[in-house]
Amino acid sequence: MKAREDISAGTLRALARRYWWAIGLLIAAIIVVVLVPFASSDPDGLERVAEDKQFLDSARDSRFDWLPDYSIPGIGGDLSTILAGLVGIAIVAGLIMLYGKYLVARRP
Amino acid sequence: MFGVPLFLLHAPDGFLSTPISTGMWFVTALALAVALRRANRTLDERSIPLMGVMAAFIFAAQMFNFQVAGGTSGHLLGGVLAAVLLGPWAGAVVMACVIAVQALIFQDGGLLVMGANIFNMGIVGTFGGYYVYRLIAGLLGGEERGRLPAAAIAGWLSVMAAAVLLSFQLAASDTSSLAVALPAMGGVHALIGIGEAAITVAALSFIAVTRADLFRLRDAAVSVH
Repeated sequence: MKAREDISAGTLRALARRYWWAIGLLIAAIIVVVLVPFASSDPDGLERVAEDKQFLDSARDSRFDWLPDYSIPGIGGDLSTILAGLVGIAIVAGLIMLYGKYLVARRP
Repeated sequence: MFGVPLFLLHAPDGFLSTPISTGMWFVTALALAVALRRANRTLDERSIPLMGVMAAFIFAAQMFNFQVAGGTSGHLLGGVLAAVLLGPWAGAVVMACVIAVQALIFQDGGLLVMGANIFNMGIVGTFGGYYVYRLIAGLLGGEERGRLPAAAIAGWLSVMAAAVLLSFQLAASDTSSLAVALPAMGGVHALIGIGEAAITVAALSFIAVTRADLFRLRDAAVSVH
């Protein structure tokens, strides 16, 4: 019984070493799911200064809206933000992996 | 949840004039060309999964606004964290990717001002932050011993540098005067920079405990000619 536990713990450790990047992506996803709903909705540094110093009005709205302000149109509340965050994680990680493929391909 | 547009240092279009925005795009394009060229030449291929994880982590962490004094929030920039792990070149590529996706997909930060945003938040923290980090770590007896304090100081400075640069850009665009923008931006971001230092130190400590070997990837440069 003891030996079997050792093997499974060892296997888990080996898997974690091999797929550490998946654990890294999971941590990013956990931040979005667990922490982001508790993020402060107060204006941030630049916005606070823009408001106080009366130049907030010079901000122009974007000419297009895809997932504006980290939300999925049509879905409300925290779920919308969480889903938008997960989409964002997938896009940035996917773009970097594409860059990696390009980098490897152009090497002799 | 976010009733107001989010832009910690993510300037929206209109904050900077067209000449300043275009000029900053030019500088950023040059810097990114250098970063891509150097990364293409020297990046160890085993760093690529770490680049992907860093992009995902920095994107996620930038969504988490933490409270600072006086009804104001801030979030991680992450340039120094990326540069400590990946070096300045691959670090800048990761930051540019995150900031571009934020502007293009999530309308966080304008398109015309994206050059300035990538420069302030992505290039300064990686190109500049990396050398500040190495310098301080060297003074503290090497990276092994000085990693955390050096990253904390470089992280705080990277937020201050971004705030000061943006103040100059706002003033040059006649959006605000330097006498107004500089103390206001500097004051708020001196606090936000403490959050940057704390998150950078926490992330590096976590890696030191779980996968310290990842610290060696950065300098495992290959020579491909």
